[in-house]
Amino acid sequence: MKGFQNALGALADPKELTGALDLKNLPTDWLVDKYRDMMTIRRAEEAVAGLVRSGEAKAPCHLGIGQEAVAVGVSAHLNAGDKVYSGHRGHSHYLALHAPLDGMMAEVLGKATGASGGMGGSMHLFAPEVGFHGSVPIVGATIPIAVGAGLACKMDGKGQVAVAYFGDGACEEGVVHESLNLARVLDLPVLFVCENNLYSSHLDIHLRQPSNSVARFAEAHRVDHRVIDGNDVVAVSEAAADLIANARAGKGPGFIEAVTFRWLGHVGPNEDIDVGVRRSPGELTAWKRRDPVRRLTDALSASRGVGQDRFAGIDAEIVRAVDEAVAFARASAYPEDRVLLDYVYAGGAA
Amino acid sequence: MSAVSYADAIRHGFEYAMERDPKCFAIGQGLWSPWYVGNSMRDLDRRFGKERVIDTPVSELATTGAAVGAALNGYHPIVVHPRMDFMILAADQIVNQAAKWRHMLGGKVSPTIAIRGIVNRGGEQGAQHSQALHSWYAHVPGLRVLMPATAADARDMLIAAAQSPDPVMYIDDRWCYELAEELAPAADIDVAAIRPMVRREGGDVTIAAASYSVTLALKAADLLAGDGIEAEVVDIRQVNPLDPTLVLESAARTGRFVAVDGGWSTCGLAAELLALVAEGVAPSRLKAPLARVTLPAAPAPTSKPLEAAYYPTAETVRQRVLKLFG
Ligand SMILES: Cc1ncc(C[n+]2csc(CCOP(=O)(O)OP(=O)(O)O)c2C)c(N)n1
Repeated sequence: MKGFQNALGALADPKELTGALDLKNLPTDWLVDKYRDMMTIRRAEEAVAGLVRSGEAKAPCHLGIGQEAVAVGVSAHLNAGDKVYSGHRGHSHYLALHAPLDGMMAEVLGKATGASGGMGGSMHLFAPEVGFHGSVPIVGATIPIAVGAGLACKMDGKGQVAVAYFGDGACEEGVVHESLNLARVLDLPVLFVCENNLYSSHLDIHLRQPSNSVARFAEAHRVDHRVIDGNDVVAVSEAAADLIANARAGKGPGFIEAVTFRWLGHVGPNEDIDVGVRRSPGELTAWKRRDPVRRLTDALSASRGVGQDRFAGIDAEIVRAVDEAVAFARASAYPEDRVLLDYVYAGGAA
Repeated sequence: MSAVSYADAIRHGFEYAMERDPKCFAIGQGLWSPWYVGNSMRDLDRRFGKERVIDTPVSELATTGAAVGAALNGYHPIVVHPRMDFMILAADQIVNQAAKWRHMLGGKVSPTIAIRGIVNRGGEQGAQHSQALHSWYAHVPGLRVLMPATAADARDMLIAAAQSPDPVMYIDDRWCYELAEELAPAADIDVAAIRPMVRREGGDVTIAAASYSVTLALKAADLLAGDGIEAEVVDIRQVNPLDPTLVLESAARTGRFVAVDGGWSTCGLAAELLALVAEGVAPSRLKAPLARVTLPAAPAPTSKPLEAAYYPTAETVRQRVLKLFG
């Protein structure tokens, strides 16, 4: 491709933005909660990676280690009445809403106690009680569905919003453009959240798009957008706060482009540095220096005097909770054979 | 000579087609990746260059439409969809466009496009990563549908698809990739000449199938031989247009007919085969009701035991056949 545009500049350069976060005037306890939420995602993903390595989880698992700040920053402004939709890499979006850990682990193992009754696996989570209305792995599929949820929210008139999480790869599907246009034309309360991790499976964005910034699509459809450091939970939270408030107030859709990076391969528990056409060990090491968790704890230590023991204590609690969830999942039963047909139509088998 | 696997045979088909015809090119997702489409496309980009083996953005519809457009302008593209489930996003270009341009524009143009859709199921991948939708496409006049069951056919049908004057849907199944056999030298193939053939002779019952279901049928035939039943296995190969001659001849001779298909039952390939026999074989020649083995009428589950219950096995086929001998 001729003339690739590096519109993201420093946001896409892992040598930049590696220092402690600017915590603005956010309360310390609120920030420590964000640490807890991000570490919950990280430890849960590590546990899933373990289940894949051990062969207990066979279904494809797309892990979000390195991308935790996006879901945590957005979810800080959502409540149980909102409608969140996601795709194949959806664990973080589910967990950031405090959906049950044990339901996720059980789903990963295909157990009846799982978030989707063991019928979907890692790529199909569901926890409407906290606002997580479903993830499915056809790329882009939940984007128009979130637009429809936004339409329902608007009709309900209770100030709720819908959220669609997707990746930079999804922006190559035509439906994204139709969805942005429709949400704008109908002024729907929808927050589009693109986690731009610069890759779609094995292909770096420069091999797929003429610019590394996908916010140009929001611009084209006159949707209010913010392009931010997706590894900065404070920045994500600020952008989400604004756009969600606007959506609740009837001003229509918003779009966040959160620039981030996944530490593991497209699917499975390994780093896959040999798979990407440009994904190199050097690139990965550089991105790990932009660790969203470490940048928050550095800032909390330096400017708020939060001690390492407090972080370690929280981490230990999380590890225990994750271990318990895995044990619960292992001990759970598989769905009964009859549900194969019972779930096809309302009222059971045809 | 050594045996060539089904996956390698597909690659040999690409190599032959692209060497023979400078206007033939491949386009689709994952074509530069070592793991996307198994060994079936390995190193083709190195051999033919990235201009002729094109990896694409996540844009099934535009990619397929662009291939239709190139085909209408003198090229022979092979569009690769690593999963049939994702190919659904390209349905307009396949069904409304590629299949219809020749007819609706008066027979003067034809998109000489081959569309490779891969059935990739099992492995607890679930409802959106497991579908075998050949029957949908076989429903559409103007679209040829090829389903290789052997390594030789995997290569030869790919060549036929690439050389076809009509749009062709070429559907391979990852469960076949380990099948291997020695292959004769590759040659040009006329797609219209691809017809059903007998894979195993037998006089007691006809089992008709395509693609991986042929493997199941052959294994079932082995088991049935132990039961004292000689099953004839007919491989359909070209699912649309479907030449009924062999199916009718075999069913009339054996008097018992079972269709095995990896899709669903309703309006599916197995239903079509049964309908052909019902229409074309005199009832007096049939010794048992027609029968079929298909998927249960449910999306693919992910959970281990449900997945095991979901997919028919050779034993499922055997049991169905045994019932006909009651
Ligand atoms: C319609 C469709 N096409 C292709 C795929 C295969 N696929 C699964 S994930 C993926 C990459 C998507 O990349 P992106 O949207 O950037 O999300 P990321 O994996 O980076 O989180 C692809 C191509 C699919 N699941 N669905």
